[in-house]
Parts: sequence; structure tokens; C-alpha cells
Amino acid sequence: MNARWLPMGFAVGPFLSRRPLFRAAQAQALVDASFALSSRGDGTYDRGILFGATLPQFFAWSGGTALGVLGGHVLADPSSLGLDAIFPAFFLVLLAGEVRGRGPLAAALLGAGIALALMPFAPPGVPVLAASAAALIGLRRS
Amino acid sequence: MTTAWITIFVLFLGTALSKAAGPLTTGSRAPSGRALDVTRLVAPAILAGLVAYETFTAGGGFAFDARVAGLAAAGAALAARLPMIAVIILAAAATALTRAIA
Repeated sequence: MNARWLPMGFAVGPFLSRRPLFRAAQAQALVDASFALSSRGDGTYDRGILFGATLPQFFAWSGGTALGVLGGHVLADPSSLGLDAIFPAFFLVLLAGEVRGRGPLAAALLGAGIALALMPFAPPGVPVLAASAAALIGLRRS
Repeated sequence: MTTAWITIFVLFLGTALSKAAGPLTTGSRAPSGRALDVTRLVAPAILAGLVAYETFTAGGGFAFDARVAGLAAAGAALAARLPMIAVIILAAAATALTRAIA
């Protein structure tokens, strides 16, 4: 599943600072939300927004995980509250912010199609990684 | 216990390396116009893949369940320009309701 960082890393790579080790360290700040927010929509990425969006999420994520481990037994069955619908909804919100114009819309539809097509038989993670290949349609129009 | 920690370590290493691979190889040269045409589409492509994956997988295979109702509710809430937190709460509520009825 974490192979999806690979294409994201290549996309933000040129916009991190100079020294190689420092760049690799900066890349660790990549999370889905900060990646989406830092995308300016023209192919460039804002490093400041990438870090700024990751920091609060880091604390919320770690805090939430700790809370779940310590207090999770209070909830008998999280799925009865529909909590498993939170991730798709969250990614849909991020996606809505990205789909401006035809190119991104086409890439999104193709990406979803690729993921759906691979889902029944590909190992976990592969569908999402393969979905990133939909970005290659960007080559077509130039 | 050790197996769990080994798994955690391997995952940590894999994640760190996959995040670092791009930045280490691209250099900080300004990308060409053609490259930008592709990288600007990486976010929508991956996010759409994640939406599809998180909605339609269960136990490593394809599944069509109450999460679809949640996604539909989220789509409607987005169309109504509701704030993010409302979109997410409505998605969870629609999924919970569908499960309660079914």
C-alpha cells in the first residue's frame, strides 16, 4: 500500500531543497493530504504547504492512534458507526479540490478505473500505485 | 512480538525509501513543461485510485457494501458545498444507517 509514495515522491522531488540527504528527509513529510494540498495544479508543488499540512496531521494521527489503542474497546463495532466510510469520504474531499478542468478530471476517472479493474486480483497496494499511471495522459496533449 | 516488530521495521524502511526515491533521483533542476503536464495529474490520479480502493475493497478483494452509500452521501454533500467535516460525518452516518437497515 505504501508504494503509492513512489510516484508522489517523483512529483514533489524537484521542489524540495538542494542537499540529497536533506531532500530525502523532507520527503518523509509526504502524506496524502499534504501532497494534495501542496499541489498547485500546474505540476509544481509548494514545499511550505507540504510541511505545514503534515505537522498538524502528524499530531492528530498519532494522538488518534493512541486514543484508539487505549479507548477503542469502548466501541463494540466501529463499522456499525460507518467509520470505515471516513477514508473514502476524506479522499473524495481532497480529490474534489484537485479536479479543476478536463485534464485532472480525465486523470481521476482513469485512475479510479485502473484501481477498480485491478482490485479483484492484484495484491493490496498495486491498484493505487497503478492508478498513478493515469497521470501519463498529461503527455498526450503537449 | 518480535515478528510484529520486524514487520513494523520493514514497513517503516519501505515507506521511508519509497518517499525518498523520487526526491533523491529527480535533483532540484526545474522540471520541463512535459514533466509538469504529468506531475500535475499525479494528485488527482492517485486520490481517485484511493477513493475507489477504500470504497470497494474488503479482505483483499472487490466488495460492494454500505460504504458506497457513504461515498454517495459525501458526493452529494460536496456538491452542496458543505464543509469537509460535514461531508465526512454525513458519509459515516449514511453508511451506518444503511448497515442498520440492511
